[in-house]
Amino acid sequence: MSAVAKIQARKLSKIFGDPPRAVHALDAIDLEVFDNEFVTLVGASGCGKSTLLRIIGGLDYHTSGEIAVSGKPVQGPGADRAMVFQHYSLYPWLSVMQNIKFCRRLKAGRSNLTSADVEAASGRADALLNVMGLPKVADAWPNQLSGGMQQRVAIARALMTRPEVLLMDEPFGALDTQTREVMHDLILHVFNLERATIVFVTHDVEEAIYLGQRVVVMAPHPGRIDSIYAVPLPARRTQDMKHTAEFLALKRAIVARIRETSGMKTDLEMLERL
Amino acid sequence: MLSVVTMRRPARAGFWSIRGPMSQRTYWLLAALGLVVPLACWWILSAQGWVSKVFLPGPVDVFHRALTWSMQDKLLADTSISVYRVTVGWLLSAVLAIPLGLLIGTFRPVQAVLEPLTDFIRYMPAVAFIPLVMLWIGIDEGSKIAIIFIGTFFQMVLMVAEDVRRVPTTQIEAAQTMGATRGEIIELVLLPAAKPALLDTLRITMGWAWTYLVVAELVAANSGLGYAILKAQRFLQTDKIFSGIIIIGMIGLLTDQLFRWVHRLAFPWMHLKR
Repeated sequence: MSAVAKIQARKLSKIFGDPPRAVHALDAIDLEVFDNEFVTLVGASGCGKSTLLRIIGGLDYHTSGEIAVSGKPVQGPGADRAMVFQHYSLYPWLSVMQNIKFCRRLKAGRSNLTSADVEAASGRADALLNVMGLPKVADAWPNQLSGGMQQRVAIARALMTRPEVLLMDEPFGALDTQTREVMHDLILHVFNLERATIVFVTHDVEEAIYLGQRVVVMAPHPGRIDSIYAVPLPARRTQDMKHTAEFLALKRAIVARIRETSGMKTDLEMLERL
Repeated sequence: MLSVVTMRRPARAGFWSIRGPMSQRTYWLLAALGLVVPLACWWILSAQGWVSKVFLPGPVDVFHRALTWSMQDKLLADTSISVYRVTVGWLLSAVLAIPLGLLIGTFRPVQAVLEPLTDFIRYMPAVAFIPLVMLWIGIDEGSKIAIIFIGTFFQMVLMVAEDVRRVPTTQIEAAQTMGATRGEIIELVLLPAAKPALLDTLRITMGWAWTYLVVAELVAANSGLGYAILKAQRFLQTDKIFSGIIIIGMIGLLTDQLFRWVHRLAFPWMHLKR
């Protein structure tokens, strides 16, 4: 692993609201994500995994500590950190192709407009359309597509700006299991092609292990990093790896950690006492 | 060995099932019934002579009155001056309400300053403004337009603001992570996303503008549908009151359908057949 930290969080804290009703969403987070690394964040609800992602993306502001991407402190959102949301992020009035090329309408995407750039961008849009398996629906409207197809468009659109970091907030959370597996292999394929740095938030432990090179387990109340696991799988993942002993052992360990930190255990004890 | 199963008709959703399906034919049949039955009831009620014609003129009398109104009197002139007043009053509020509502729905400080004030004013009865309007504007066309404006503008501002607020946050945030500036988000996301709802708001407020017509023509008018109704009241010409009301209703129905047609034309992505 290269020593360059693409994303660096130091003593990062986030408090929502004012005392006495303040909520400690994130408490002294220390995390480094390296260049070309695929890191997944898992944890029980309320552990702050989405908040951490949104702070990296510049969509939320932290209360104290430091957060830097490519060595520069994060100050608001920017095209270097594209984000893929769970749903409702596509523009329904634009066609699939127009959605993917949306960034070309922005000043940020038109800063160096030579005809060669325009051609390159148009070529990139076509290439992304192909990689995502969308060429047949280029002129369709988003709400003519299935949920899985819509997320493919959202990913293609996020990649269009050539972001240094791709932030994904439970992007497959609303999809059915079969579609999700296809999307997993697709995003790994894209990761190998694009060599971006990906931070991926999910509540699905299997998804976190299958996609991530490292799995960051977070715990709630206050939101914090509980443990970090390196995934002992080869870089090229295949679906049957999910049934290997290493995979299952890691899954068992992480699920146990999440259960322990989420207060689920006490609930079960209480149920037994009933 | 398969036993013989008696053939039964497959189960179908009943006529009264909640949000049940309905064929186009049945729909239009029922819609026609909903118009024809009240008309028939009215006709029978008046034809029987149970109610004096002064209180309830029959549909035939009303139709005749509308005919003589158009032949001998100046129905066309009355209609066009009323259409002019309503349209100008409504257009004037739209021109001011759309940018103002956009600002209220986009920026919290603007919302804080203007929304409570607007909420306060919109409960004030437009009719009560008549003496003030006469004092300030006089008794020309301007005052009639002003009454319609007062009746529609404040409601419209709040509705436009709500339309803008209903744009999904993820659509805004997706643009931010592609490097969009504030101005670009308003121009390329908020406005196009809110447009279909804005057109609906314009359609609904156009209806309200028409309801203020009679009130507006209380102010020293000597022409217009509302004025004609008020004058007919003085001479107890109930059939003329009826025809005036029905003509206003039909104009309303027509403009409403026109707006719906434009909606289908302008936003085809919202009217996809599944």
